[in-house]
Amino acid sequence: MNFLARFETERPGSGQRRSSGKHPFKSAVAGLAGLALAGLWPGLAQATEIQEITTDAGITAWLVEDHTVPLIAVEFAFKGGSSQNPDGKEGLSNLLSATLDEGAGDLNARAFQGRLEDLVMRLSFEDGRDDFYGSMRTISLNADDAFEMLRLAVSEPRFDTEAVERMKTQLIANIRREKNDPDAIAGRVWSQTVYPDHPYGKPSDGTEETVAKLTPEDLRALQQRMFARDNLKIAVVGAIDAETLKPLLDHVFASLPEKADLKEIPDVQPKTGMTETVELNVPQTSIRVGLPGLKRSDPDFIPAFIMNHILGGGTFSSWLYDEVREKRGLAYSVGSYLISRDHSGMLMAATGTRAEKAAETLSIIEEQFRRMADEGPTPDELQKAKDYLTGSYALRFDSSSKIANQLVGIQIEDLGIDYIKNRNQMIEEVTLDQVKAVARRLLAGKTPTIITVGPNGA
Amino acid sequence: MKSHSLKALGRHVRVAVFLVVAAAAPTAQMTVSALADPQAAATSADFADIRVGGDIATFTLQNGMEGIVIPDHRAPVVTHMVWYKVGSADEAPGKSGIAHFFEHLMFKGTKNHPAGEFSAMVAAIGGSENAFTSNDYTAYFQRVAKEHLGTMMTFEADRMANLVLTEEVIAPEREVVLEERRQRVENDPGSKLGETLDAMLYVNHPYGVPVIGWKNEIEALNKVDAIDFYNRYYTPNNAILIVAGDVTTDEVKALAEETYGKLERRAEPGERSRPEPQTVPGEQTVTLSDPQVNQPNMRQAWLVPSYNTAEGTDAEAIDVLAQILGGGNTSRLYEKLVVEDGVAAAAGSWYQSSALDDTRFMIYAVPRDGTTLNELASATSAVLQNVIDNGVSGEELERAKKSLLSSTIYAQDNQATMARIFGVALTTGGTVEEVQAWPARLASVSVEDVQAAARKYLAGSPVTAFLKGPETASGAANTAATGQKS
Repeated sequence: MNFLARFETERPGSGQRRSSGKHPFKSAVAGLAGLALAGLWPGLAQATEIQEITTDAGITAWLVEDHTVPLIAVEFAFKGGSSQNPDGKEGLSNLLSATLDEGAGDLNARAFQGRLEDLVMRLSFEDGRDDFYGSMRTISLNADDAFEMLRLAVSEPRFDTEAVERMKTQLIANIRREKNDPDAIAGRVWSQTVYPDHPYGKPSDGTEETVAKLTPEDLRALQQRMFARDNLKIAVVGAIDAETLKPLLDHVFASLPEKADLKEIPDVQPKTGMTETVELNVPQTSIRVGLPGLKRSDPDFIPAFIMNHILGGGTFSSWLYDEVREKRGLAYSVGSYLISRDHSGMLMAATGTRAEKAAETLSIIEEQFRRMADEGPTPDELQKAKDYLTGSYALRFDSSSKIANQLVGIQIEDLGIDYIKNRNQMIEEVTLDQVKAVARRLLAGKTPTIITVGPNGA
Repeated sequence: MKSHSLKALGRHVRVAVFLVVAAAAPTAQMTVSALADPQAAATSADFADIRVGGDIATFTLQNGMEGIVIPDHRAPVVTHMVWYKVGSADEAPGKSGIAHFFEHLMFKGTKNHPAGEFSAMVAAIGGSENAFTSNDYTAYFQRVAKEHLGTMMTFEADRMANLVLTEEVIAPEREVVLEERRQRVENDPGSKLGETLDAMLYVNHPYGVPVIGWKNEIEALNKVDAIDFYNRYYTPNNAILIVAGDVTTDEVKALAEETYGKLERRAEPGERSRPEPQTVPGEQTVTLSDPQVNQPNMRQAWLVPSYNTAEGTDAEAIDVLAQILGGGNTSRLYEKLVVEDGVAAAAGSWYQSSALDDTRFMIYAVPRDGTTLNELASATSAVLQNVIDNGVSGEELERAKKSLLSSTIYAQDNQATMARIFGVALTTGGTVEEVQAWPARLASVSVEDVQAAARKYLAGSPVTAFLKGPETASGAANTAATGQKS
């Protein structure tokens, strides 16, 4: 549920995928998790020795071979995602993620789903704002059959009318269910408000009206534009060696078009100083307070990442946690998030409090923003943040699934294959002056955009 | 997933659905010989040989605290958990929410460490931590680099015996819990109806009381309640240590003796004996019409035995039944309601298998436009009746078993999942041996067993809960309640 997702270290299981509507706020934070890469412990290096492999057909992938558990985890991503949805066809990439495994090749939906179960494999797809993700898990002895199923889903989806209509119905039910959910409303209104004329402002799951109009032809067109070899990143982790893997990757991906045909997305700054209040008769008001953040490629990104950790990123230790929850008991969940997309960045605080305390809570959040801009953290706070961020990195590498997720994230952000080795050092080198400077850059003299959803406009 | 509203609350995190499901699908140290034939896809018989957590070890300290070690040497990380055999169903009448509230209070100071010091230590070493409460258990965990395991055990042992509570720390935390209740329950009509459904299903049994507690009773919880609860249940003989990760049994046992082993038995919590749940006669249907609801849905619940209360392999048969009836996109409910008849947007079933006492079997469905909730309920009943009357096929049985058993292999990829599987089992009446033998028992279920379980446990009328907007009976949009920007 909403920003609590940041504490979850793994993606939801495939069984939950379609029932839990991916609302914008959650997706944004999940995107951040992929970037929350810090340092490395000794010993982790060999646990995650990455081979960069190139197949005969010229597909590259990162592989970590580990035979401890007889499983193979495959993660991949195509640049694209919901920002590629044509105007008026919002929700298309989400529908694509739901229909790729609903029939492919000679197998109709029922046959395809039955075959997935018979192979005890797991296959799922998910769209982000900037990327379209695929995920497969198989026991190693079924690898050949599992990769064939993956090939069918990626390159020969059927988009039969029956399956497409069924998935549309399901996605529309999700949209309806979230229509009056305070956190979901806050996420939607936030996007519309700060990105009014940009694909990032559109509802990524679409609306009832836009989803209802989507067709198999729309799906095929997006699939053909987005699934290509030049915008593809792949990570494989588990019980498979490079020579076995290469022909399997060629089998799945070599027949895709050489180049994707993506529409250009302009860079955009989120609007500041906006205030939107949505009236909803619930006992707890959802609050979002946000400002422009940084793209991942910004040279100030790592200092900003540390700054955000101190401000509101830490689980049970951050300024917002202390001031809002620990000292005053105003909220159960409170935190701040540095959300970096390909074409924009945001720094956002989020919480929920009883309606009569909404104004007080909001003013405390703004006060902590000002305190960070004016005073910044102490040397001790900086050191503690570094200790946490460098020390916690290994927790992201203790399962094949997690490693595969990390490796795709690093490739998507173009951080380089040595990133895992160098990340700690980059954090250690950040100075107090750099953190204070980026705090001023992001927070000083800025009027945040504020969204509240609750009773009586509170 | 909202229709699966779980009765597990965390200090910060809702325990994933997988947690409860996983207890019915424990993990395995799979041997390659179990999958010896590379020509054919694995069959359920191949999985039957799996011994869950093959090389785990167990020990018991002199003060009665149990220990389980689950080695996984792939990364230099450990998951350290302490599970207490106490949950919301052990609360005294009128004190609902104390188990969960107390879980929050365990993060306050002790005689030896002021409030915040433990969490600061966990953060300083790059660890993650949290805790969660359910009907039958409360658990605390940290995930850290392996060299810090001893430090975590020292702190965790300290707060088992030396917690210091004052009204000053209790008062704001009570507000936090009330906010948690607003966030999880009161802001969400589906969750509110979930509380109603449980209250109706669990007659004469504390599973009918929400884990987080009733609002007025949370408001009244005080320091005396908290200290009484602590002194009765937080004692080594009521606790289970579980360490998963890059460790050996000898290391863990030595550290446990130095830390937890030094604690006195503080209490004898006694038998966990709750009143027997009753099945009361009469059709029971409850409808919540709420202006916040824009998508109606339906849930049906039956009181059924858990792994702890079932006879023979009845629980395993119910697990298989839940899978065949509503476990995925080839299940009976999905095929009939969603694909063939097009009356539902989603449909499935679910068995909360791990519980100390009798538990629930659920069917859920989301109507398509033009289908009323009553029609939907009739449609699900017809699918269930068909299984009761005619049983299931051998192919369905095989597929369901493979699906359930393979989850034991996937679980091996995650040390925290492994730790949770054993924690849930051991706090809900199970044993290590039962977890390990689960694949073989599940593999022994026959088509006759599945039909018999359906007849025995699901032939009676369920408690039915309809969630809908104020003036609609189907999926028609309810625009009146939509928030207006101002």
